[in-house]
Amino acid sequence: MKYLANVSTLVYSPDKCTGCGRCDEVCPQGVFEMRDKKAVVTDRDLCMECGACSMNCDFGAITVNSGVGCATAIINGMITGGAPSCDCGVGGNGCCG
Amino acid sequence: MVMKVSTDWSLGDHWGMIRSRISAYRMKYAVMPGLYTAGEPNKDSDVFVSANYKLSFDVLRRGLKGLNAWILVLDTKSINVWCAAGKGTFGTDELVRRIAEVHLGTVVNHRRIIVPQLGAVGVSASAVQKRAGFHVYFGPVDARDIAAYVQAGYKKTKEMSTIKFSMLDRLVLTPMEMNPITKKYLWFAAGILLLFGLQPSGILFEKAWAGGAPFLLLGLVSVLAGAFITPVLLPFVPCRSFAIKGWLVGMLSVLLAVQVFSLVDRHNMIMLAATYLFFPAVSSYIALQFTGSTTFTGMSGVKKELKIGIPLYAITACISLLLMVLFKLREWGFV
Repeated sequence: MKYLANVSTLVYSPDKCTGCGRCDEVCPQGVFEMRDKKAVVTDRDLCMECGACSMNCDFGAITVNSGVGCATAIINGMITGGAPSCDCGVGGNGCCG
Repeated sequence: MVMKVSTDWSLGDHWGMIRSRISAYRMKYAVMPGLYTAGEPNKDSDVFVSANYKLSFDVLRRGLKGLNAWILVLDTKSINVWCAAGKGTFGTDELVRRIAEVHLGTVVNHRRIIVPQLGAVGVSASAVQKRAGFHVYFGPVDARDIAAYVQAGYKKTKEMSTIKFSMLDRLVLTPMEMNPITKKYLWFAAGILLLFGLQPSGILFEKAWAGGAPFLLLGLVSVLAGAFITPVLLPFVPCRSFAIKGWLVGMLSVLLAVQVFSLVDRHNMIMLAATYLFFPAVSSYIALQFTGSTTFTGMSGVKKELKIGIPLYAITACISLLLMVLFKLREWGFV
């Protein structure tokens, strides 16, 4: 299943890639694939901006504006003026489980 | 202290899972952070990391059936691995701290640690290597693939590293989509009954029920369309936008309900307009909330939907309210 087209903030710079394969190992959507010892982006629209790839790319080849893709959290953030928050901590509404 | 656990589920474990799936019970469904054993692990056995949300922990230990392994449970405030990783509680700092606290370096001879793949959002493998001396392997997404992953020499197939979102996966999420709406529905019901019951002479209960009942039913229909039908049929509903998916399912459901049960007087144009404007919009808004439970929606997309959607929802609500006022004024003979 794919979400909206052309919205992902994923930016990949192949020139910085050393071919370690971590991005391919961590992406749950199969956005990356290893070809000739380099990562390639298969389909940017598959990206859900979780940020696992950029967190584990030691060479700064990947940036993505990661966050929760959750309407409730983003509306919460709009109301409180802060970052999107699921408020699942103490006293939260129990959205995450 | 090392705690021994079974790789089988008891009846209590199943009951706990059900309660966590339907209510806020999940917020306190926790296990103690620390080191556990499954089977009879020795100094060469693998170490698997989990969250202290008991369902995450249970799913892992069930996946370790037939293996001898260590389980290192992080303190994620009883939140599952993926959500906690997004918040950072299932993260590098906590993992490094917990490795030191249980003296993992003396418990095992090797320096490998297997973190669930969805934990990678919060765990930097290279930082863990540097700070704790353990090499992080990101295991499969689904704990059921662990045995195959270990047998393959810690190699994942594409299948094992891709998250699935089957109809059953979506179905089990729907109770928690509907649960938070219950309270709001009661407010809606009170509003509707008041609206129809309110007469120049006071509040008439009979009128409230006779006039309000069809709309209470339509409210229920629109909630089911947005919180149940849309999630379950997600890939089969046209369009990628959740707001549009919800609106389409809502419109169709409301249309069907109105026609089948003759809920709205077809000569009452004001009421018809309000019905078809308001209820599909409710389904649309509720369906949009399901983005928080899916495995594939990103923040930029949801923000885009909200940017367009929220003004439309607000306008729809205002127009519906105005139509209701107009309806009442007509009913009372003022217009």
